[in-house]
Amino acid sequence: MRVVESLRMAWRALRGNRMRAALTMLGIIIGVAAVIALITAGQAATSSVTSSIQALGSNLISVSPVRTSGTVLYPQDASWLLQVVPQIKADAPLIEASVTAAYQSSSWSTVVIGTTPAALTIEGRTLAAGRFISSQDVSASRNVAVLGQTVAQNLFPARNPLRQTISVNGNPFTVIGVLQATGGAFGANADNVIIVPINAAEWVAGTTELTGIEAEARSAAIAPLAVAQITAVLNHRFASTNAATVISQDQILSTLSTITGTLTLMLGGIAGISLLVGGVGIMNIMLVTVSERTREIGLRKAMGASRRAILTQFLIESSLLSLAGGMIGVLVGVSLSLLLTHLLGAGSVPISAVLLALGFSLVVGIVFGIWPAANASRLDPVQALYQS
Amino acid sequence: MSDVVRVEELCRTFRTGAIEVQAVRGVSFSIEEGAMVAIMGPSGSGKTTLMNMLGCLDRPTGGHYFLGGDDVAKKSDDALAAIRNRRIGFIFQNYNLLPALNALENVELPLVYRGMAAGERHLVATQVLAEVGLGELISFRPYELSGGQQQRVGIARALAGKPNLLLADEPTGNLDSASGEEILNLFLALNAAGRTVIIVTHDEQVALHCERIIRLKDGAVLSDRPVAADSRRMRGDLGTRAVVQ
Repeated sequence: MRVVESLRMAWRALRGNRMRAALTMLGIIIGVAAVIALITAGQAATSSVTSSIQALGSNLISVSPVRTSGTVLYPQDASWLLQVVPQIKADAPLIEASVTAAYQSSSWSTVVIGTTPAALTIEGRTLAAGRFISSQDVSASRNVAVLGQTVAQNLFPARNPLRQTISVNGNPFTVIGVLQATGGAFGANADNVIIVPINAAEWVAGTTELTGIEAEARSAAIAPLAVAQITAVLNHRFASTNAATVISQDQILSTLSTITGTLTLMLGGIAGISLLVGGVGIMNIMLVTVSERTREIGLRKAMGASRRAILTQFLIESSLLSLAGGMIGVLVGVSLSLLLTHLLGAGSVPISAVLLALGFSLVVGIVFGIWPAANASRLDPVQALYQS
Repeated sequence: MSDVVRVEELCRTFRTGAIEVQAVRGVSFSIEEGAMVAIMGPSGSGKTTLMNMLGCLDRPTGGHYFLGGDDVAKKSDDALAAIRNRRIGFIFQNYNLLPALNALENVELPLVYRGMAAGERHLVATQVLAEVGLGELISFRPYELSGGQQQRVGIARALAGKPNLLLADEPTGNLDSASGEEILNLFLALNAAGRTVIIVTHDEQVALHCERIIRLKDGAVLSDRPVAADSRRMRGDLGTRAVVQ
């Protein structure tokens, strides 16, 4: 018997039971749409995280003292590190503190970062207005502040923040500049900061101990060497094997992309489970179909249908069901994904996810159709024909 | 003339757990080409079991069944399917038409499994439907046809594959006497045109149309006799329905 003939029979059988076919397909539609939409979401998240990390400046190395190892760093240690590690071309000390910033009646929870002028280029940031902190600001310990976009917008929704005085945990600071937005991702908002001279931050934070040092490697190629060298000199100085956590931007990126990759896989996997459940739905309905059509199968066998012809007929029916569901699912999934990428402003609909979901749905139709189809093909013609 | 069907010591035993039922025990007969034979017997006599074996739907558990010289007892399922498709035409008491298909498509069914192209199938099926007098009704669904018409579709379906042997199981059992008479006349006409016909029935009036009656009882042949010419129903009005070979 020809495949065209089987296709025609399957199509008729499905059309004869439209509601049932539609409901059975629904499982596959939801599964396929979910796989596509969730993989798109995962990839959009990855690219958004990646781009915001990359916005932190290339060749960035972050040094965090491990306090339990007894490591304590002070502002002057930044210039010491620059001298003893030739692989870095610039570095800046950081003192960070969570604060409440206020201007007139508005206030805003943010993070104060005390640093030196070098931080601007190390982090690869640019100014939207005014100027960055200068070495004079640092040496004279001036209470001047550079606002991140988020802070500027929240404290000064309708006026120019430059030359205004804000209060940071009660200490007055004059705004001298506003940073360009870098775009934040998932709560780690690089725009919700106030940057002040390092000594001014000591007052606000109430400590001279550094939160960390950020350094810029001479090149991306040399960054791993710089990381090793920084680790070595700090371990030597503090006589420890774990004086500081030193990671390059590359390492952060690869760590984060591993995390988001796992996340994407997990989301896709969960969606895949729903596709599997859709497949069980197909198997269920095919078993019902086979038992409803036992007499028909018996008659077809009496008319000379081989086992293979019966097997093919039911297998094509279940495959058609899942493939049609898969195609509708792709339409729904791609629409959802386009909406999602539009809302997130990142990512694109991955063709691989579409093909994967479509292929998987076909496999599901065949795999879950085999058992009912084999049942049908094995029916004894006499028993099938005389079943009431 | 050569034998279309020859059975030797044919047995069929059913086993359900420890219980064994011998439905057919050692039946032997042969039917020559062009014959019209009735197989009769009360219910439980094994006539349906015998017919299922003659139709290659079931295998004997003992003895031999030669269909046109081939011993079919040892054939595989698919080989039997091919034999049913090409060499046997079934006619059922309850017609067994597929309700989703129209008359033409029902008649095409055996041809589909022969791999015949759609165009050729339509042609053959249309022709056979015309032969049984349903030329006008080819696009009707089974539920739109009377019982007699449905049985004609069933006969057309059996004829479509040009089989050597027509096997009818109580073909008039579900019909009123007038429709039953028409169907019987159709069988007589087909037989007159050279078809070998076996009719399984418990109706004496139907059996009396045949040349020979094989009576079964408790799974064995009780008697196997030709129908006396004078008791045989006249086959005179056969020419009224032309049957194209």
